[in-house]
Amino acid sequence: MTAPAPEPTAADAEPDSDLIIVDGLIKHFPIRAGILRRQVGAVQAVDGLNFAVRRRETFSIVGESGCGKSTTARLLTRLLEPTAGKITFEGRDITHLKDTQLRPLRRDMQMIFQDPYSSLNPRHPVGKIVGAPFRIQGVSPPGGIKKAVQDLLAAVGLNPEHYNRYPHEFSGGQRQRIGIARTLALRPRLIIADEPVSALDVSIQAQILNLLEDLQEEFDLTYVIIAHDLSVVRYVSDRVAVMYLGKIVELADADALYSAPMHPYTVALMSAVPVADTRRRKDRERILLSGDVPSPINPPPACRFHTRCWKAQEICRTQEPPLAELVSGHHVACHFPENLPTEAASAPAR
Amino acid sequence: MTTSALRDLVTRHPGQPDKEPFLEVVDLRVHFPTDDGLVKSVDGLSFALDRGRTLGIVGESGSGKSVTSLAIMGLHTRPASEQKRPGAQLSGEIYLEGDELLGKTPEYVRGLRGKRMAMIFQDPLSAMNPYYTVGHQIIEAYRIHNPVNKKVARQHAIDMLGRVGIPEPSRRVDAYPHQFSGGMRQRAMIAMALSCDPELLIADEPTTALDVTVQAQILDLIRDLQSEFNSAVVLITHDLGVVAELADDVLVMYAGRAVEYGSADLLFNRPAHPYTWGLLGSIPRFDRTQTERLLAIQGTPPSLINVPPGCPFHPRCDYATRNEGRSEEVRPELTPVEPGHTVACHLSQTDREEIWQQEIVPKL
Repeated sequence: MTAPAPEPTAADAEPDSDLIIVDGLIKHFPIRAGILRRQVGAVQAVDGLNFAVRRRETFSIVGESGCGKSTTARLLTRLLEPTAGKITFEGRDITHLKDTQLRPLRRDMQMIFQDPYSSLNPRHPVGKIVGAPFRIQGVSPPGGIKKAVQDLLAAVGLNPEHYNRYPHEFSGGQRQRIGIARTLALRPRLIIADEPVSALDVSIQAQILNLLEDLQEEFDLTYVIIAHDLSVVRYVSDRVAVMYLGKIVELADADALYSAPMHPYTVALMSAVPVADTRRRKDRERILLSGDVPSPINPPPACRFHTRCWKAQEICRTQEPPLAELVSGHHVACHFPENLPTEAASAPAR
Repeated sequence: MTTSALRDLVTRHPGQPDKEPFLEVVDLRVHFPTDDGLVKSVDGLSFALDRGRTLGIVGESGSGKSVTSLAIMGLHTRPASEQKRPGAQLSGEIYLEGDELLGKTPEYVRGLRGKRMAMIFQDPLSAMNPYYTVGHQIIEAYRIHNPVNKKVARQHAIDMLGRVGIPEPSRRVDAYPHQFSGGMRQRAMIAMALSCDPELLIADEPTTALDVTVQAQILDLIRDLQSEFNSAVVLITHDLGVVAELADDVLVMYAGRAVEYGSADLLFNRPAHPYTWGLLGSIPRFDRTQTERLLAIQGTPPSLINVPPGCPFHPRCDYATRNEGRSEEVRPELTPVEPGHTVACHLSQTDREEIWQQEIVPKL
């Protein structure tokens, strides 16, 4: 199935409409020391993720630096091999595919990078950069590669006549568009974007966000977006997963997550976001977290947030809270969640 | 327009026109000669700031905000006569409590840095010397301005590190910058900038590299220290959220010029310049669900070598056509729209209010 699905409604009707399913995903990077390079520890970058991304949705992963969100993106695209767990893409187990087996997969799964300066080869003209996926995959698009590239440039809002220009002749926002055109070349189903707009100025950021939205409509795309800007995430996402120290602490529909966050970490994160509205300066309640995020080499036992949590009790230090669906569609890993609806609060918490 | 008229019009506080502001920048120009032409990074900028107040300078990359802060701190290389490499060409006036700084020698300005004015840089890793311990770098600056022995200065450095929330300051004082995490490094940088209780603090993107929870800690810290020392703070950032959080007054820069200047309340609630509208419309709302598309600004910021004639924003402005060609030909000056609020735009008051109410507000 390399052509875009012609009847999206038919696919919607399928009971199993998950595009990618992640089950118990773990990635530990070994730390070696001494002459024998013996393993002395591991950076537990990603430590047991379970989630599924539905077709044609925008699924975002947010969290602070070091929480494992970029590692997750690289695991999903199989730029990294998981230590344990399972990744299923379109019903196929891709967890341990070899490089040669991965190549056909790359047609269906592409990545948008954060830095539009380092992700384009400065010695190649735009035509060659955007046309590279066709050459690498041995695909000959109808009408030839040049025509296809020019169509792609037009689709992302660039002038098709700029085919022979080099990356340095473009601004940051235009370069990001070039990167997006390259991503779209093979008509992927899934696009994983790691901080797609964080390197751009605000006015350009809005242009790119609008473009991503248009392209999703036009090409039936599923997005997994990795970002730290919570405003951007709210705007683009259908569902959001919040990560802390290699684990998902909360996963919910964007609206539910932003209007009634349940995990204390999410609550603190939301309260820290500065809002561009001076009237809200006075009536805001801000939860300041003390200290820094602990090291993923030696994460705290049980609930990893307990060292910084104002609600932490003995059970948080001894027993890890599972990621449980406390309200329909709203998963939280916490012993003492916030914003519990009253009827759910009276029921046993787990 | 004469310089003094400019000063009266632009920089004085409307309520107290006779009072000398603490920091006053008048018609500042910073140009860099390059092989491709003259880069006009800052081209006629004026503003004023009193002690205890915070001025937010907002703009995108290349709008001249950092170049302005370096000019105030006296950190631009001087023009060609003094060295082989052509440096910056500066003109205009910068007054710190009535003392004009641009005409002074580098040695004189160096004596002011640390105690009279200090700066928090965006990237603490490159702003600190990797060869010396954090404590050493704080002690060095403190002893230049205060006649104390090493022991007292060291204790002061430890106190400062504790004040900015670094755990175990008496141990951390002997650590090197690379041994700190990003947030701790930024706090150490702030401790360094504040160690001599500066009267003017310039914070250039102080939280851009940080995560939101750390950012919240740092902003609180700046706010606390300001109220304690009654410092004047210039906060340079591209993040309108940070500005709304901290600033009393806001200056919006575009292509090296101020396009809008006023109190934060007026600027966020009744912005008057189409560029400011665009900036506010470009950021997705955090506090509510937004179904409308973002109000992006078309095009890209101009080259500072070939700044468009007339209003530099006109090629990207949706409303330039309403001004019968003046936007393309006449450079708009900052003009008052209401007390404490000036804007450099040719739109008539009626047009402006109509566009704001009917086209912008519904989309924000």
